[in-house]
Amino acid sequence: MSYHAWILLILYLVLLLSLVKPLGIYIANVMEGQGIAPRLGRWVENALYRLCGINASEEMGWLKYAFAILLFNLIGILAVYALQRLQSWLPLNPQAMANVSPDSSFNTAISFATNTNWQGYSGESTMSYLTQMLGLTVQNFFSAATGIVVVIALIRGFSRHTANIIGNAWVDITRITLYVLLPLSFIFAIFLVSQGVIQNFDSYKDVTTLEVTHYDNPKLDTAGQPLKDEKGNPVTEPATTQVQTLAMGPVASQEAIKMLGTNGGGFFNANSAHPYENPTPLSNFVQMLSIFLIPGALCLTFGRMVGDTRQGWAVLAAMTLMFVVMAVVAMHFEQQGNPLLARLGVDMSAGNMEGKETRFGIADSGLFATITTLASCGAVNATHDSFMPMGGFVPLWNMMLGEVVFGGVGSGLYGMLVFAVMAVFIAGLMIGRTPEYLGKKIEAFEMKMVSIAILVTPLLVLACTAVAVIAVDGIAGIANPGAHGFSEILYTFTSAANNNGSAFAGISANTPFYNGMTAIAMWFGRFGVIVPVLALAGALAAKKRIAVTSGTMPTHGLMFITLLIGTVLLVGALNYVPALALGPVIEHLMLFGVH
Amino acid sequence: MKDLLRPALSLFVLLTAITGLAYPAAVTVIAQTLLHDTASGSVLFRDGKPIGSRLIGQNFAEPKYFWGRPSVTLPQPYNATASGGSNQGPLNPALVDAVKARIDALKAADPNSHKPIPTDLVTASASGLDPHISPAAAHYQVARIAAARGLSPDKLNTLIAAHTEDRLWGLFGEPRVNVLELNLALDGIR
Repeated sequence: MSYHAWILLILYLVLLLSLVKPLGIYIANVMEGQGIAPRLGRWVENALYRLCGINASEEMGWLKYAFAILLFNLIGILAVYALQRLQSWLPLNPQAMANVSPDSSFNTAISFATNTNWQGYSGESTMSYLTQMLGLTVQNFFSAATGIVVVIALIRGFSRHTANIIGNAWVDITRITLYVLLPLSFIFAIFLVSQGVIQNFDSYKDVTTLEVTHYDNPKLDTAGQPLKDEKGNPVTEPATTQVQTLAMGPVASQEAIKMLGTNGGGFFNANSAHPYENPTPLSNFVQMLSIFLIPGALCLTFGRMVGDTRQGWAVLAAMTLMFVVMAVVAMHFEQQGNPLLARLGVDMSAGNMEGKETRFGIADSGLFATITTLASCGAVNATHDSFMPMGGFVPLWNMMLGEVVFGGVGSGLYGMLVFAVMAVFIAGLMIGRTPEYLGKKIEAFEMKMVSIAILVTPLLVLACTAVAVIAVDGIAGIANPGAHGFSEILYTFTSAANNNGSAFAGISANTPFYNGMTAIAMWFGRFGVIVPVLALAGALAAKKRIAVTSGTMPTHGLMFITLLIGTVLLVGALNYVPALALGPVIEHLMLFGVH
Repeated sequence: MKDLLRPALSLFVLLTAITGLAYPAAVTVIAQTLLHDTASGSVLFRDGKPIGSRLIGQNFAEPKYFWGRPSVTLPQPYNATASGGSNQGPLNPALVDAVKARIDALKAADPNSHKPIPTDLVTASASGLDPHISPAAAHYQVARIAAARGLSPDKLNTLIAAHTEDRLWGLFGEPRVNVLELNLALDGIR
């Protein structure tokens, strides 16, 4: 790893860790309706509640809270589906984009509502500006808000005692949207425009290029499908053009919440590698910061709300340690470069540049890939499919940890707290005491919910992958031969079930088979965790608080941090070791051993 | 649970109006007022006509121009309405073949060169629209362009140096040259 990469990583950590505390405390205050923002916004809030018939002072039990969240998300899915199916007749569609197919619309609707933002489509050739704004940008806000309010409800489960209510879902969603996501996105969007991200409603711009481009144009049959010769190769004819059409759109406003809400769905197909989404190394660095900003801050929100900041720092420390290790591995292997190309006489000192942008190079791409997959963001500034085998192993492994190392906004912390309960349970078994966490006894019901929340994603990933590798339609999507092709399928379902959304994007996933399968994985990967987590919140809130004694295991020291990391690695990721051995590990051995 | 339906629907509609209409509209108004050039795509003009964007690369294959990163967008390279990379894995034979073909094209255009080829000049970018190459990739092409244009290599090296952007504050990104701006400057030399 280069000297420059180390400096970049250290600077990143320093800036991140100095920002999380003030934001974390701000969020804790806002969610309790305290501080300057809720005072200034009270009239907007009250007007909204009046119009919606919401009684803000009436809190909900966990079941009602869960129904409210599910209902709100179902409406979102219907809205995004309808917008795509009707977009050709709706305004703000200067490129006259056609209505999107039913299976792709369904997949995208689930994808954006579950904070996955998996994309089977190419934004610039599929979605109207109205769909991008009113459908996708809105879901970027709402899915982020959903994740955050669920973790706030879980934290209330710890901080309250002998209570049967965990908050008002409508009030929580409104506050996190108005006072946290919206102002941060606004400032970030303007910054992005200053770097070169576009923000307009123009139709696409034609420019005359310096040189005439000669290329092979595929011939189409009368139905508009590409013609193939008898060997199955596409039939082409030579063509020339001196026109380049620049795709336009309201990008910055979507880009900002895409990163802050750990959504990751790009306005364009190339996502954050596209110069109009991520034009400069500075915009790239701030995008990386914005991914971890809220997930990191929520650890401190947690510490604040349970009345012991050290608890929050302990969880954040466990996350940070795992992050640093994975970042170093990714940057190291990408810097190595491809030995097959070196043999052709290529100077590989710049590292593995296939699928990377010149302005980012190895350090900024490797770090970005680590961050975007540890957080369930899924934005990419380089194509993970073209990473070196062990460089591509990192994003895959990161997602397999269950998106709990920083993770998605809210979802990362509730996932990590579930692992924390598992950790104290294991510790309790070892010393023969009833486990407790933050003054709450962990009993049978809690452990059932924890087990469901932990096991649902590995089950989805491995079952869906197994189906895809034996189904004709599954294998048909593979782009790369050999072990890498298996990795593409494994990556697809790991990404979907863990609600990440990045891809080994060579795979042709915009087919009814993959659109359907990934939609199932995304939906259950999201709400199959949220519902047990809310049940856990309800059960914890109802418990009495027990006093700290000399026999209580402290959950803020080095021992707990070690135990937590061990639990995440053993329980979370060990499920996948055989699958990983068939994918990136074999590929690495073939590249450096056989060749 | 019937009492949840009205709040869910009406809150959805109202927050959609705020985050999906008012917010993008407000960002657009401010961006277009204060930062019109970048918000509209950083378009470059020559003789009053738009000839490209500072941020979006163009295809160059003639010996007299600096060539950019290989682009695998379809159907033509540098198609700015179909961004994307090759997604070829490191062991994929198609990747090795593609790189071989690019090396052959570079050598055919400059048969006397025997220097190792900088990797960014023969590997496809992630967006297919990468506007930059490394300074090493620019210097590699000097002999070819000098011969095609009858210019001295020194003059070209000076031009590259003038167009090289370093790491921001020594920290962020990689040193790079904007290919379109460099070629425009090249056309400007009499």
